[in-house]
Parts: sequence; structure tokens; C-alpha cells
Amino acid sequence: MTAMISISGLNKHYAGGFQALKDVDLEIQRGEIFALLGPNGAGKTTLINIVCGIVNGTSGEVLVDGHNIDGDYRVTRSRIGLVPQELPTESFETVWNTCRFSRGLFGKPPGPQQIEKVLRSLSLWDKKDTPCMELSGGMKRRVLIAKALAHEPEVLFLDEPTAGVDVELRQDMWNVVAALRDEGATVILTTHYIEEAEQLADRVGVINNGEIILTEDKTRLMHELGKKELVLHLSETLAAIPASLSDFSLELGNSGRDLTYSYDTKQESTGITALLKELQAAGLHFNDLQTSQSSLEDIFVDLVNRD
Amino acid sequence: MNFHAIKAIYRYEMARMFRTAVQSIVAPVLSTSLYFVIFGSAIGSRITEIDGVSYGSFIVPGLIMLSIMTESISNSSFAIYFPKFTGTIFEVLSAPVSYGEVILGYVGAAATKSVIIGAIILATASLFVDIQIAHPFVMITFLLLTCISFCLFGFILGIWATGWEKLTIVPILIIMPLTFLGGTFYSISMLPPAWQTISLFNPVVYLISGFRWSFYENADVAVGLSLGITVGFLLACLLVVRWIFKTGYRLRS
Ligand SMILES: Nc1ncnc2c1ncn2[C@@H]1O[C@H](COP(=O)(O)OP(=O)(O)O)[C@@H](O)[C@H]1O
Ligand SMILES: [Mg+2]
Repeated sequence: MTAMISISGLNKHYAGGFQALKDVDLEIQRGEIFALLGPNGAGKTTLINIVCGIVNGTSGEVLVDGHNIDGDYRVTRSRIGLVPQELPTESFETVWNTCRFSRGLFGKPPGPQQIEKVLRSLSLWDKKDTPCMELSGGMKRRVLIAKALAHEPEVLFLDEPTAGVDVELRQDMWNVVAALRDEGATVILTTHYIEEAEQLADRVGVINNGEIILTEDKTRLMHELGKKELVLHLSETLAAIPASLSDFSLELGNSGRDLTYSYDTKQESTGITALLKELQAAGLHFNDLQTSQSSLEDIFVDLVNRD
Repeated sequence: MNFHAIKAIYRYEMARMFRTAVQSIVAPVLSTSLYFVIFGSAIGSRITEIDGVSYGSFIVPGLIMLSIMTESISNSSFAIYFPKFTGTIFEVLSAPVSYGEVILGYVGAAATKSVIIGAIILATASLFVDIQIAHPFVMITFLLLTCISFCLFGFILGIWATGWEKLTIVPILIIMPLTFLGGTFYSISMLPPAWQTISLFNPVVYLISGFRWSFYENADVAVGLSLGITVGFLLACLLVVRWIFKTGYRLRS
């Protein structure tokens, strides 16, 4: 099966000479929700804008469902919807008219049902006759999403969809993404909020300084790179870790009440059983325990700071 | 051909015009009426006739040209500059449209407005003076060619302009003098010989002369030449627009 998006050897030098993308290779499968993670200035928007046709790549090849974005731009662009990062201030047009404009622009015959469906799913229906400029920032972003969906794209790009939006909108947006996934659409979102990737994505790519550092299935990524911690709440406070436990990576915290054991899920054995035995031998008792797993956030910070 | 896209742009632009109907239509009508009062009545009472045509009637074709040239440039440059300025242009850039379709939409709408304005001015003028149109088809041809080519020119200006000053300075600094010196209010033959020669380097002279010929059959230069220069200007603008879209000049980084 051909990948929905296939990028190979993509470079971008901006006019000033700045290289925003360095030899990017990336494949995104049909029906996938892909999160592109990276700090500000990493090149996320540049990458998206090249695929959408807003920025010209300097070298390399981009295919959308097997079609070249330059040679076959009519095919590729008509399949893509984009919700941009910046909020361009739309004019005096009403919500309905601007959505109708978007749909026509992307070559679709009039489709009032589709526009109505989209507006309703974004809680915009009662605003359909309101001029865009009278809407609040959050509402404007909803309109941008509606515009991007008006032509029923197979691929949706969301560039920093929840940067600075309220909880309600974020929830609506996640619902929209979930609905799109159910319809079989491919969704690519960029974010520097790990939480978003963690919640939504099937696969995560990390980009830094214009380079894709890794792409990985989200659960596998968290599993492979994730560290787990076991926290034991001791019955009595401890002044120091007994010498018999020095083989374990332990930390004493909470004024000697908590003993934290870090272990790697990749290891054959976690060492927990051995630890518990040694604790008993040392006469230490605990009245509670909990485990926690490092979040994508920790993994991400780790990765970006590695070099 | 992405007809839906052409229609979408055209419709969107026409809606903008009707939203700003006062600016778009009333303003040129008012300014033309003022020209009539000032040039037609006040000055015209002292200049009786030019080439057998009363002065009031003589200036009508030039006035129409003057208005549609400035209106075409300002409408069309604004139409493309504004989305560039606000950022909404991203949508057009990411749409499955060829540059020809973008042009047809934007320039088509702007040219339609200009034609409407031209017709309104003609109607307004007929309230003040007697007008005959000897060659209606030639008249319409000149009208259309001028509207389309100046809308294209405005489109180029709108893409080139990186700020509001640039957008307004070109019409004021270049187009205004060319149109005022282009024989709107006088016949080139009324000028001293040296100025007559200099005038021949002004492309607007050819437009106005050809257009006036279609009304009263008198012209400063041969009609064929007028037509040739107008078509040449149109082609030049088309070439520049083509180049802009091929290279992405000031549209795609
Ligand atoms: N039009 C441009 N001209 C020059 N440099 C640019 C342009 N757009 C972006 N850049 C630079 O390219 C880098 C990547 O930008 P961008 O793709 O917007 O990053 P991100 O979306 O990950 O924050 C940044 O350093 C930015 O300054
Ligand atoms: Mg960005």
C-alpha cells in the first residue's frame, strides 16, 4: 500500500540562506494520526507548508498518495485540508460564505449538507450568518477548521491546533480528530504540547533543528524509552539507605519516608522481586506503593537535549 | 479546469464589491460629475469645440478611461494585496488552482466592476451632454481591453507591494500623471509640437485616442495603432503575471 504522505530527501533553504529542513525523510500511512513534535523553530510549519504547496521546497520529493506535489498538484492539494498556525483575520464575510468559498476553491461542487455538518460538529451552526471578524479568537479557529474540512479532505494538517485555546475548544477539536479517524482520514498535527500527542496520536515524530530525530509508534516509544518508578512509602523514616541495598538504584525522599526505585522496562527482569526480598531481610516495612511511568514529555526533553 | 474555484473567487470578490457599493460605485460617479461641473461647464464654456465636438462631449471618453484605469488598478491591487496582508492568501496558495484560474477569478471580478463603473459613468455623462457612439463594438472592445489589462496591472502591483504606501504611491506617482497628460481634457494636436512628440511615449494617449475615436471618429493617433498598443500592454501584463506564478515571486517563499 502506498503511504499517504511520503517525503524523501526534503531540504529547505529560505531566501536568507537559513536551512529550515535538513534531508527529511518521513512516511505517514493512510488513516494514521501522526503527531509531529518539536520545539519552536524546529521546522514543523515549514514541513507542513511545503506539503500543502504554500512554501516551495529546495530539493527532495514529496508524494501524496503516490502523486507528486509539484507535477500533480491538483490531485494532491484537493485531498489536503490545512488549519494554519497563524490566525489570519478573516474579513466581513459570514461564516457560511467563507466555508462555501473554501469548498469551491478546492474544486468541489456546492455541498450545503457537508458545510452544515461541519459547522454543527464545531458548534458553529448558530454563528453561520455572523461575519467572521465579529467572532472571538477561539471561534475564528473553529472557522478555520470548518474551512479546512469544507471540501472533505482525506488528509488534514493541524498546525499547533491547541496553542492558546480554551479547554472546551480543545475538547471539541479532539472530538473532530477522533471522528475523522473513524472516517478513515489521515491527520497530521504539529505541537509542542506533548499532552496532545500523547492523547491523540498513533505515531509520533520528533523534529529538532530541521531534522527528524525519530519516528515511532507512540506506545512503543513510551515503552522503549520510558522509565518506570516504584515508590514505596515506608512505615518508619529512614536516615540512610542500608548498605545491603546499594546494588539497587534507590533514592530516599520525603524526609526519609519514601524510597523510590527506578527501573528500565526494557530489561529482562525489573529487579522488583529481588528488591522486595532485600527490603524484608533489612527489616524495612512499607504501608503503600505506587508505580509511575515517564510521560512523552520526559522522553521528548531527553531526546532534544541529547546532543 | 477548476471551474468551481474560479466561480468561488469571482463570487467572493463580487460580494466584496456589493458590500462596499458606496465606495465602489458612488465615489467614481461623484468624481466624474465633479469633472463635468469643473471642466465641462466652467472651462468648457470658454473652449467651444474640439474637432467639431462640443467640449463637454469631447471629454466623456477620456473621463471614462480615467476612471476605469484608476478603478481597475485600485480594485485589483487591493483584492490581492489584502489577503496577502492578512494572511488569508494561504488558502489560495494551498488550493488546487492554476495561476490562470486565480487570475480569471480575481481579475475577472475586478474587470467586471470596472465595466460596470464605466457604464455608470457613461450613463451619468449622458445626463450632462450629448453623446454619440459611432462604433459601439470598437468602443466595447477598447473598454474591455483597458479594464482587463489595467486589472492585470493592478494585480501585479498588489503582489509586488510590500506595504500600503507602495500600493498607493504607484497610482498617484505614475498612473495619475499619465492619464492626465494622456489627452483626457484636450486633444494632443492642441499641444506645442515638442510636447506632441513627448506625448507619443505615453501609452495612455493611445488608449484614450482609440476610445474617443469609437465615439466621435476623431483621433490623435491611428485607431489600429491604439488597438495594437492596448493589446501589447495586455500581453506584457500577462507575461509578468505568468512569471510571478512560475517563480512564486512574493507569494511563495
Ligand atoms: N519565510 C521565512 N524566511 C526565513 N526563515 C524562516 C521563514 N519561515 C520560517 N523561517 C525559519 O525557519 C525555522 C523553522 O520555522 P518553522 O517551520 O516555522 O518552525 P516551527 O513551526 O517548528 O516553530 C525558524 O528558525 C524560522 O525562523
Ligand atoms: Mg510552527
